[in-house]
Order: sequence, then structure tokens, then C-alpha cells
Amino acid sequence: MRKSFLTLLFCLVSCGIFAACSASDSDAENAKNNNTLVVLNYGKYLDESVIRMFEEETGIQIKLEEYESPEEMYTKFSAGSIDYDVVCTSDYMVERLISEGKVAKIEFSSFSYYENIDPEIIEAAKVFDPEANYSMPYFYGTLGILYNTTKVTEEEVQTWNVLWDEKYKDSIIMQNSVRDTFVPPLRLLGYDINTEDFAQLDTAVQLLIEQKPIVYAYYVDETADEMAAGNAAMALVYSGEAAYAMELNEDLSYCVPKEGSNLWIDSWFIPKSSQNKENAQKFLDFLCREDVAMLNFDYVYYATPNTKVLEQLDDETKNDPTIFPSENILANCVVYKQFSKDTTEHYSYLWKMLKSE
Amino acid sequence: MYKIKRQFLAGPYLIWIIGFIILPLLFILYYAFTNDTGTFTLENVTAIADPVHVKSILLSLKLGFSCTLVCLVLAYPLCMILSSFRFKHQSFVVFLFILPMWMNFMLRILAWRLLLSNNGLVNAFLELIGIGRVKMLNTPTAVVFGMVYDFLPFMILPIYNSMVRIKDDIIEAAHDLGANQLTILMKIIFPLTLSGIISGVIMVFVPALTSFVISDLLGGGKVLLIGNVIEQEFMQGTNWNLGSGLSFVLMIFVIASMALMNIFDKDGNGGTAVW
Amino acid sequence: MVKKSLQRVYLALIFLFLYLPILVLIVLSFNNSKSRVVWGGFTLKWYASCFSDETIMNAFFTTMQITLAAAIISTIIGTLAAIGISAMKKRNRTIMLGATNIPLLNADIVTGIAMMLLFVKFMNLGFITVLIAHITFDIPYVILNVLPKLNQANRYTYEAALDLGASPLYAFYKITWPEIKSGVFSGFLMAVTMSLDDFSITFFTKGAGVNTLSTMLYTELRKGIRPELYALSTILFLLAFLLLLIMNYRSNKDSTAISVRH
Repeated sequence: MRKSFLTLLFCLVSCGIFAACSASDSDAENAKNNNTLVVLNYGKYLDESVIRMFEEETGIQIKLEEYESPEEMYTKFSAGSIDYDVVCTSDYMVERLISEGKVAKIEFSSFSYYENIDPEIIEAAKVFDPEANYSMPYFYGTLGILYNTTKVTEEEVQTWNVLWDEKYKDSIIMQNSVRDTFVPPLRLLGYDINTEDFAQLDTAVQLLIEQKPIVYAYYVDETADEMAAGNAAMALVYSGEAAYAMELNEDLSYCVPKEGSNLWIDSWFIPKSSQNKENAQKFLDFLCREDVAMLNFDYVYYATPNTKVLEQLDDETKNDPTIFPSENILANCVVYKQFSKDTTEHYSYLWKMLKSE
Repeated sequence: MYKIKRQFLAGPYLIWIIGFIILPLLFILYYAFTNDTGTFTLENVTAIADPVHVKSILLSLKLGFSCTLVCLVLAYPLCMILSSFRFKHQSFVVFLFILPMWMNFMLRILAWRLLLSNNGLVNAFLELIGIGRVKMLNTPTAVVFGMVYDFLPFMILPIYNSMVRIKDDIIEAAHDLGANQLTILMKIIFPLTLSGIISGVIMVFVPALTSFVISDLLGGGKVLLIGNVIEQEFMQGTNWNLGSGLSFVLMIFVIASMALMNIFDKDGNGGTAVW
Repeated sequence: MVKKSLQRVYLALIFLFLYLPILVLIVLSFNNSKSRVVWGGFTLKWYASCFSDETIMNAFFTTMQITLAAAIISTIIGTLAAIGISAMKKRNRTIMLGATNIPLLNADIVTGIAMMLLFVKFMNLGFITVLIAHITFDIPYVILNVLPKLNQANRYTYEAALDLGASPLYAFYKITWPEIKSGVFSGFLMAVTMSLDDFSITFFTKGAGVNTLSTMLYTELRKGIRPELYALSTILFLLAFLLLLIMNYRSNKDSTAISVRH
């Protein structure tokens, strides 16, 4: 009996301690001082030593929050739940937030290293940020086919048609996200990947429904591992994932089919609600600095728009088509645009139709 | 008199219910019955009649039923065996079944993916014993498998708890009066464990009906359950109104099935979902 | 005899089913490769590096704090609530139990978003909001574990003790507590388990910089799960397992003591 009483007492006391701890935690959070910066980024998209370097050099404390998909990010961000100071996300999501008036202009004139960013990429990013004054490109890449060279030849993957080849039944992995999976059928039909024409989309979804019986799975994040394990012959992936998978398995290769594809640009922006805009700009400028960009490139290993980093790379890396898409591939690729509400809903409906088939 | 005083002990919980259960629910109801401009509409609720949604809710019901049935068939004999062992401390058995959950859910499901994949351990075993490789991953069967794996403890625990409560003398008396094993099972053990079965069925069926992660991870994104539809509306389509409307319908479904189960629960002392 | 061994085989098969994926994960924690599908030889290095990794350790301690605090608080509130509910009239009891079921029957993601919508109206998201959310979905499990014990207990013994002059607290310890102890304990365990395992609700209610092992794991998916996480999970699991063994050993001793008294 005494023992149980003691247990209860212990519980109560530790309870109080926890409550006290957490209360002080949130107090610190509420205090808006100039020395913190809340950074919102994709998971594993920033070298940790970069954070430490920035903290040491500026005395600004960084609070890093990571997320998995742009949609998750949008849900949390638009609920206004946390006052983020600087956010990195994909092109179309930046466009959406700009159009909703949630993004603040960045004063690039105060930057010391912005000129390191490749003007061509800044130009390409104007699709979603027409004046190039709301966002700063971070990494970019393409959408293409990751294939196992022991099962599929290089000629075959030159066209999206290969994803409809019965020969590869149960060994094709598609993306479990609406827009990416719609790219191959739209391009095969010769339509723009940003089309908002419902008739065109309806034709495209018919192709996908036809394809579904031979698809192994619709995956998001597991694709690279599945391909490395040799569980499938081909997968629709982002170039970044492809590079990660190819590190694990030498038989894998990556190709962007000739019909063309999507060019993605992940960019940083500063929300209007940011309480520390100056620190946020300092941080972005810091990311452009040569040594910092190099650290991030080594860690993330996606195509960097930083020309100073590019200059330092050896030819082998620079000419690796998986990381840095060539000129003619880029000419064939288009950045996603944000859809109108109606199109988004139609897309979402077609996706459910495909999935419930 | 004492009873009235004791009721007040539920006070903190009552406040908690109002603040953190009812209030959030009102938010969902608000979204369910308005459109994005904030005007009243029934569209989001009636959307359940859309062929796509009907398809997915039928599939959810089908998989949910199969999962519940398999769990029941697996759990009942198991509980009979366990109760014959007479552990002195029930919590020990409880712990044995919830211990696997201390490993992160997603990690465990990923492990199953490794095991079930075409060149995984399970297929290697099937080949060894002469059945041959079977394509299991990314099929509705795999989803049911994953659900059974995840929810089986919720079936075992309530049935086990109701079974250990049965007094030996009753069974002995039945024996003495000439009842055979089957009669004892049907006339004594089964009726006495009925409330446990009902709790178990509810505890398995409800999460199976609303789940979406398992169907994504083991179904390879090819199996669209109503939970997936709701998740998609909240995350990808970002149509919270539709998502809330469908959740509301799903809740009605769940409450209806629980009410249906309660008809069988003769005790009626608020013992639903109890274990 | 045949029946006995058949029973044992059946038991073994069920446990194999439940514990097989855990074995896989333990094996993976010794895998000298970053990918979970490629075997790169045996290593212990993930066990060493998981303790020196600041983010993993931070997530670990946050998880522990939230799990324990949520489980303890919800056990207290839930046990009190169960006692209160058991004393209620049928109609009130039905209402209370109905509300208790809501978090259990809503999809996680809906509960998570609903709570987020509520929180952002009144406070900043942070550690506290995650804690509140966890307590909310933990309490039902406690109530559902304690209530049946109360229903089984003799209702009048407690009142008799009061009539005989025992203080309510004393009567509680002497009469009610021994009856419901095991229910409270398993409720606590369920609460810990549910908190440890939750992702969706935590994700939507957490503030910047607050990370539990679950939410951290999901952001890891993009570039492959760090093997350190397998190692940490293994340690966590083995600790729990050890606890189980000690508990069983001790309760065996206790129960012999009781049977001697009989």
C-alpha cells in the first residue's frame, strides 16, 4: 500500500516538473526577440553544420522545422500556426503563396552574394515569380525515369511510352502525387503539363487508368529504396531521388524522355508574417556564400544554381546528367504553374477516379 | 449521497471533453456544412453518393469486415489457450501484446514490406515449402494483412479479459451435469465473452474503417479507402470542406455500426469498447 | 498431449506474427549500409553514433517528456473520470462515454487538424499543444481500462467503509485502489504506447523545433531513414522488454506471497 502511494506521489511530482519545464519552453517561444530565426524546410535539405556556422557567425539562434510534402507545409503554414521567418518549398507552392499575398519581397540589393546565383535559373524561376523579387532559387532538377540497366535499355526509356509497355507488368513505380503522375500521359498526348483544359486532362487520366494494371505501386518516398533493392525495373522520380538511388545501386541510370518533362526549382521565400525579416535576409545571403553553398551541395547533391560552386566542381560531377540537366533537356522541360481552384479540384477528382479503379 | 460526490471526480475530464473534444469537433462540423466562402451547404455531405466515394467506402467496409473477421478467428482460440495458462498477473499478458507497438508503427510496416516483397523472407519460405512465390505486396490482401497485424491486440485484450473472468466452478458444474466441450463453449464460454467480443470487434473495425497509412504503405497507393480520400482532400486537394464533410459521414457510419453492435450487448452498463 | 503441443504451436505462430517485423528492425540496426534493402555487413557503429547525434537525442528526449507527461496526466484525469462516470446515472454515463469514443473513432488526421485549428485561435503551437493533444487521445484508453474494473468491483464496500467512519481518501486506498490497480496500470501502458506511436496528431499540433521520434522519422523518408533510428528503436524496445521481465519476476514473487497467505 505504501508503495503505491509513493508511486502516485512520484507521478504527481514528476508531472509538476514536466509542466514547469514545458511552460518555460513556450515562454521562450513567445518571446519575440531579434536573435532567433524559424526556418521551415524539407526534411534533410540543409547541412547541419551550416546551421551551426550561421549561429556562430551571427549569434542568431536557428529553430529548424522540417516537413515532408508541400501540401503538408501549406496546411500548417496557412493555418498561421507558427510564425515562420524563412521557408523553402517547391515552385508552384511559392506561386500559390505569392498569389495569396502571403509572401514578402526580398531586398536582394542588400545581399553580398546574390550574384552567385545563376541568372538563367533566376530567369526560369520567373514562371512562378515574375519579377524575381519574392523568392531565391535553392536547388533544381528534373522529373524523369530511373531505370535498371539490367532490365531496360537506354533506347527504351527515351520515350514515356515505355511506362505503358506490358512487358514490364508489375515492375513500374509511379509517383503517389497527382501532378507528377500526370506528366507522362500529358506529354505523350502532346499537351502542356500546365494545361487547365478539362477535356485534355480527362484523356490523360484514361491513359493512366489503362496503365494502372501494370503499375507495381504508387510511391512517394520509398521509390529510391525499392529501385535500389531491384524490386522494380523503372520508376518515375525526381532527379534528386535518382541520384540517391544510383549511389546505392550501380545498375541504375536516369533519363528524361524526349517528349519533355517538368523542371522543378525549390526556392526560399520570406513570409509577410515573419517577425525577423532582417535575420531571414541575412540567412538567405549566407546560403548564397560560396563555402556554405558548397557544404549544402555536398550534403543534398541536387543541382545547385550557385555558379561559384559549379566552377569548383570537377568535370565528372558537372557533366553528370542526373545532377545537372543538359541544355537540351532543360529546353524541353517546363516549370509547374499553380492551377485555379477549379482545376485543382478536377485534378483531385481524376486522381481519386484513377485510384479507385 | 456518496454517489453524487463521486460524480464530481469526472469534473476535470468533463472540462477536458468540452475544451478539446467537442470544440475541435465543432470546427469540423463548421467546415462540413459550409463551402469555401462560408455559406451553408449540404454538398460536402451528399458528396458521399459520388460513385468514386461510394466505391471507396464499399472497399473500406469490405476490408474492414475481413480484417475484423480474421482478427476474431485468430484471437478467440488464442485467448482460450492463454486463459488456460492462468497467468497470475493480467497486465503481463496485456504488456506482451502491446509491447510490439513500442517500435514505431511506420518502421514496423516498412519491415513488413521487406518481408512481403517478391524477394522477401515470406516468399522465400513459401517457395521452400512448395507453394511457390505469391505476389502479395501492393494488393488489397496485403492491406488486410497489415490491418490484422496492427489491430490484432485490440481484439485479443478484451476477449482475454472477459475470458479470465469466467469462474472455474461454472465450467466444472457444467461438466458434472454432463455437458460436452462444445456445449460448454457454446452455452457458457461464448455468451460470457460476448461483451468482450463486441468490444474487440468495435476496437478493430473502427480503426480499420478509418485507416489510411496502411493502405498507402502496403497497398502501394493502389488501394483507395475512404480514409485515403479524406486524407487527400485535406492534404493534396486542400479542400477542407469536402474532407470534413466526408469525415462527418464516416463518423455517422461508425456510430451507426457501434449502435448496431450495442443491440447484442445485453449488459448495457456502458460497457461498450471496454476491456 | 497432442492438444497441448498444438496449443503451443499456435501461440508461437501468433507471437512470431507480432514480433517478426521487430526482429527485422533489430537486424537492420546492425546493417552496415545506409539503405534498408541492401545488406552491407555487421556493424555496431549506429549504436555509437545515435547517442552523439544531437537531433536524434533531442527528438528522443522530447518524445520521452511528452509520452510520460501525457501518460501520467491522462492516467490521473482518466482514473478520476472513470470513478466519476461509474457513479453516474445511465443517461449521463452514455453521454460521457459517447464523447470518450470520439477521439477513437475519428481518423487521426481529422483529429489532428481539428485540434490545430483550435490551438491556433488561442495560443502558439509548441510543446504544450502537443502535450494537450496527446493527453486528449490518451484519456479514452485509460477510462476504457479502468471502468470495467470499477464495474466488477463491489459498489457497496466503499460506501460501507465511509459509513464506518473511514475518510474518503483512506477508503479509496483501502477499497477502490486495489480493485482498479491493474486497470490503471494497463491504462497507463496503453497511453504510453499510443503516445509513442502517434504521428498525424503530433505533426499538426507541434511548433517549430519540437520534434518527436515519429515526426522526425517521416521527414527522414525522403533521403532514407538513418540507421541510427533503428538502433535507438531497438534500445527502446529492449529496455521495455527488460522492464517486462523484471515486472513478471517481481509479480511472481508477489503472487507467491499472496498464495502463502491463503
